[in-house]
Amino acid sequence: MTEDEFSVYHSLADADQDHRWAFGTGFDDPLAGLDAAVPDGVDGVTLATYCRMLGDDALIYSHRLQQWMTRLPELEEETAVANIALDLLGQARLILARAAKADPSLGPDEDALAFFRDAREFRNVRLVERLDADFAELVARLLVFATWRLALFEQLVRSNDPVLAAIAAKGVNELAYHREYAAHWVVRLGDGTEFSRRRMRAALDGVWPLVDELFATHPIESALAAVAVEPGALRDQVGVVLDAVLATATLERPVVTPLARLNGRSGRDGVHTEALSYVLAELQSVARAHPGATW
Amino acid sequence: MSQLRSDWPLFEVFLRGKRGLNHVHVGSLHAADAQMALRHARDLYTRRNEGVSIWVVAASDITASSPEEKDPFFAPAGDKVYRHPTFYDIPDDVPHM
Amino acid sequence: MTAVDEVELRQHFEATIAHDQRIEPRDWMPDGYRNTVIRQIAQHAHSEIIGMQPEGNWITRAPSLRRKAILIAKVQDEAGHGLYLYSAAETLGADRADLTDKLITSRQKYSSIFNYPTMSYADVGVIGWLVDGAAICNQVPLCRSSYGPYARAMIRICKEESFHQRQGYELLMTMMRGTTEQQAMVQDATDRFWWPSLMMFGPPDDASPNTARSMGWGIKRHTNDELRQRFVDMTVPQAQKLGVTLPDAQLRWNGERGHYDFGPIDWQEFFAVVKGDGPCNSQRIEHRRRAHEDGAWVREAAIAHARKAVAR
Repeated sequence: MTEDEFSVYHSLADADQDHRWAFGTGFDDPLAGLDAAVPDGVDGVTLATYCRMLGDDALIYSHRLQQWMTRLPELEEETAVANIALDLLGQARLILARAAKADPSLGPDEDALAFFRDAREFRNVRLVERLDADFAELVARLLVFATWRLALFEQLVRSNDPVLAAIAAKGVNELAYHREYAAHWVVRLGDGTEFSRRRMRAALDGVWPLVDELFATHPIESALAAVAVEPGALRDQVGVVLDAVLATATLERPVVTPLARLNGRSGRDGVHTEALSYVLAELQSVARAHPGATW
Repeated sequence: MSQLRSDWPLFEVFLRGKRGLNHVHVGSLHAADAQMALRHARDLYTRRNEGVSIWVVAASDITASSPEEKDPFFAPAGDKVYRHPTFYDIPDDVPHM
Repeated sequence: MTAVDEVELRQHFEATIAHDQRIEPRDWMPDGYRNTVIRQIAQHAHSEIIGMQPEGNWITRAPSLRRKAILIAKVQDEAGHGLYLYSAAETLGADRADLTDKLITSRQKYSSIFNYPTMSYADVGVIGWLVDGAAICNQVPLCRSSYGPYARAMIRICKEESFHQRQGYELLMTMMRGTTEQQAMVQDATDRFWWPSLMMFGPPDDASPNTARSMGWGIKRHTNDELRQRFVDMTVPQAQKLGVTLPDAQLRWNGERGHYDFGPIDWQEFFAVVKGDGPCNSQRIEHRRRAHEDGAWVREAAIAHARKAVAR
């Protein structure tokens, strides 16, 4: 055996070659190069709360997608769904790191927010907590989520917070890709076999009660004019896209009652479904089992 | 459920890594249709690099020459392997061979 | 085909191998070569796909978001490697659906290492360090495999695999700088994975009947024992630097041989795991089978839609 054959080992000593992974991990310094100072006239705590909303959406939904890995209908879908989970995790890291910078009382970094908050402190919409019953629910929810978040990020690129604007600019391409992936699958399953059509319909019925909440503008969002996007204004735009996809899939928008709130409160207020505590139990178990550990 | 065969057909993937180069065959994958094959090719072979041009073609649509003796095109040369360029051992570092 | 034809074709094939040139998909090749290469590539592909499970198991529980991103990327790479390899096997006329069927009905094998359980997050690091390290030892020589598509797939895979090993080792170094509890986790994971890693190179040379033929065909480049020794020699200094003990009282440097001597491997355990009696064999296969079967309706729907679209 020649040394030459093992030259690949020499590369083990090279520093920082994350980019040579097939699909990369490149999130080492989430806020590198960005001016992280909170803009003048913006309240840091309010900004951090807004960041928790957008960051928690991505973190919790990425978790639900991670749970699909090694279980997808075909190997090619493993790489696709892993890409989407990675993209959303990347968004979550950037936005939660922004929250930690804007409000130091939340903890030192993204990990403090992800692993050491309890369910009531999470501000994600309830849509992202749900456990997918099958692949039809995966693509139904991804279609809704990516279409909504893309519309939101397209406006967030003009935010007065330069960090959020930069994160949104990076995320727009990713979300467009997620939306396309989901849309094609909704069409395939809606138009495919009688069986897939039934599953696709059931999936839409399951997901749709959680859609209304996406367009409820929260007082935190109203308080951050010029920084935050008011989701209420996105309803029509998102509806047009969803209707177009459903029409191509020969499906109809379900007529359902929105999931009830609790005293008018829901995910954005830290009031969640039972599903979230299971997500957190899994997500946080190792980090919490070893206090003081470094990873 | 129907008895429809559930495996997806094979597509061959060709990439042009950057302008000025030819598309090169890089491998294959399975997809239900060409649109899905393109999508999978981007995910699997290019890490979604926007600059890359991808061709996918159903493997069943490719007609290939055959070095096998039964193929009439190659029958005359099939009995004289020294006509095959690969018969001559050329070191890898000789350019443009 | 006449007997004379076959003699000439065989001579051409053997001359190609002798000149260290690659055999390509539509070349004539002996059936034994074709079947051996298909079996080897398929087992390798299956190993990548089954190998997603023991680590994928920890993605949702990764203790930091950075580690989570790295682990997702790694498991995703393994899916990609499996796909590259199935693609190489298909150039020989194998059908992926058929290979998958052979995997989930236990008619084809995969690396026995994945039949061991992962019990803590340190296992993710040790799998990167020892298991991926052993895999690289096995795989780097295959970049010069006589079968062209396999060699090309291996080049791409080896490049990525070396980073997998690096991340594993880096995780372990970080943990060894951490709490006493973390250091103990690393030692425990090393204790559990050391011997199974040595078994990854396969049975000893005197019990490996096909090695000579595979080496003659350029499908295999080194014997199992050569590769195993190479792995031990590389790994011992890494263990010292890390600060863990390898669980082998007989492990010591032999100046005369210029290699480390190591203790006897429990081949009874190895053959039991290969036969299907490892701690996780049925769990791994069942998981893969269920994913494949649960996905059938989705794959069917995509085909049905594609056909309707063509008809429209």
